[in-house]
Amino acid sequence: MAALSSTPSSLTSRLRRLDLGAGVVGLRFLGTAAGFVLGNGEIVLVEAEETRLRAHHGAVLSVASDARRILTGGDDGRVVATRGDGVAEPLAEQKGRWIDQVASATDGGFAFSAGKTAHFRPVKGEARSLDLPSTVGGLAFAPKGTRLAIAHYGGVTLWFPNAQAKPEVLEWKGSHRGVAWHPEGRFVVTTMQEATLHGWRLPDGANMRMSGYPSRVRSMEFTAGGRFLATSGSAEVILWPFGSKEGPMGKQPVMLAPRDVRVSCVAAHPKDDVIACGYEDGLVLMSRLADGAEILVRAPGASPVSALAWRGDGGALAVGTEDGAGGLLIL
Amino acid sequence: MSDTQSGKIPVTVLTGYLGAGKTTLLNRILSESHGKKYAVVVNEFGEIGIDNDLVVGADEEVFEMNNGCICCTVRGDLIRIIDGLLRRKGDFDGIIVETTGLADPAPVAQTFFVDETVGAKTTLDAVVTVADAKWLKDRLKDAPEAKNQIAFADVILLNKTDLVTETELKDVEMRIRAINPFARIHRTQRSEIAIDKVLGQGAFDLDRIQAIDPDFLEGGHKHFHDEDMQSFSFSTEKALDPDKFFPWIQELTQREGPNILRSKGILAFKDDPERFVFQGVHMILDGDHQRPWRADEAKLSRIVFIGRKLDRAALEKGFLSCVA
Repeated sequence: MAALSSTPSSLTSRLRRLDLGAGVVGLRFLGTAAGFVLGNGEIVLVEAEETRLRAHHGAVLSVASDARRILTGGDDGRVVATRGDGVAEPLAEQKGRWIDQVASATDGGFAFSAGKTAHFRPVKGEARSLDLPSTVGGLAFAPKGTRLAIAHYGGVTLWFPNAQAKPEVLEWKGSHRGVAWHPEGRFVVTTMQEATLHGWRLPDGANMRMSGYPSRVRSMEFTAGGRFLATSGSAEVILWPFGSKEGPMGKQPVMLAPRDVRVSCVAAHPKDDVIACGYEDGLVLMSRLADGAEILVRAPGASPVSALAWRGDGGALAVGTEDGAGGLLIL
Repeated sequence: MSDTQSGKIPVTVLTGYLGAGKTTLLNRILSESHGKKYAVVVNEFGEIGIDNDLVVGADEEVFEMNNGCICCTVRGDLIRIIDGLLRRKGDFDGIIVETTGLADPAPVAQTFFVDETVGAKTTLDAVVTVADAKWLKDRLKDAPEAKNQIAFADVILLNKTDLVTETELKDVEMRIRAINPFARIHRTQRSEIAIDKVLGQGAFDLDRIQAIDPDFLEGGHKHFHDEDMQSFSFSTEKALDPDKFFPWIQELTQREGPNILRSKGILAFKDDPERFVFQGVHMILDGDHQRPWRADEAKLSRIVFIGRKLDRAALEKGFLSCVA
């Protein structure tokens, strides 16, 4: 990225400010449109114009996306798919339940959970479900195929919904909440109720503990190609090296963009080793891994950054905060 | 109310043994016109007779925390539910968490101290326990859960008083006092009570710890002793040394935490013009300076413990050794 230099610079004047009216709980790009998912059940699609639509009759509890649509799970018991043209279509409903988690597969299939049950809906074929020992804390499809990682109390269950085989359980004591796959499928990492991450190396299931955070990690994302796992939870972005087969064990994490305020949200650039970092005071900056160069994107505001997303080609960055302020930066 | 000043959503935990009148109380709170809206977390759907889109079913999942503390359990489902409810902030004024009749209130209470988000956005207002005036005495003998619920309570509704005589009522009140000297007791029939005596209590709010029942401090509760649950209080007019007190209370709650259900204290430190107040649930302690001592009040340091298998003499010696 030629725009980054080693001297501090600022793009704050180029950030288009948006007043979204409700807290942003998720952000996904659909082509060139930034989709701001709001806690109140609305989605605002922003290109030149803003299109506001209602996806849920209540709060949105989880957000996922594939290339064509944003999937949301709500406390109205519905899974809704929203397309870039502004059409929201309900995909599944569990009356009287909360849809706690949603995940999308690359082929258009999806999964969701309500309480202790994970449900899989393939593009073609039979819908399946799996009961877990406790409420599902996180859901994620493997980068290829339809293997589903399901985080819960006591570990992660790896499930091939289309196979008869018994799901594999990766055990680790404690409550596992978010879950992510390494882009090459070699590692599975969870955020825990405690201020720590846990990971497993596949296929041998070796445990990896990543600790030292002052607060719970809410946001994590692998960088392009899976070289690093960028995480929130500390007063700088903590990046664990995942470039080698061993993963981060025995290695020191890289730290970027230190401040006296905690990082609340991270988003990795889809192509380059650049991280967008959002902080609890609303500030957003971009930082380059190679030399730590920083560019300010958003000045501090009234509330924490709750969502960040890069456009698929890396040419735009969208920002959302807990109090419903938004921003869109076209690079 | 301090919770509205801080912007935190107050949470009331409703406990009570099976059949004591919890659901009746909940239905009353939801149906009476008090101009407030509550989100309710229930353990069983269908018992609530009120149509309310903010009634959420819970799973009572008790999780252990990996923080080296064996009694540090939290309600995992509650953390998730409150996270979800916070996204509808503005739709309700408070949250009421109903627990099952057999539940231990500790994991629920600890959830509000252990989880960062829950702790930052909500505040535990009070543990309200509904007790059956006729059957409580028996339950205290055969159901440890019932005793825990009394020990944990900030507010106790002694319900179904129409089914017992005044003498029986006084007897059961004294048994309650023997277990829990600082709860407010209200006599009720069919769980009928003014809402403001149940909600908005600020019992876990350090600013609201005004006093620890003077009767209790003077030993006015000596009529009954519970065989199992103990409550001890100690006081001193001599100023305490914070460098002695904090290591003592921390070591004590680390070691004896599983046996200490609740603790509270109002303390006068040497050369400190302000009252220091604290309270604890098992190993978890929360404390802060509250306000300056008034000229007309005695600078008396008071501390109370409710628990099991506690060594009274050792506790007293430990507390008094913190004198500056």
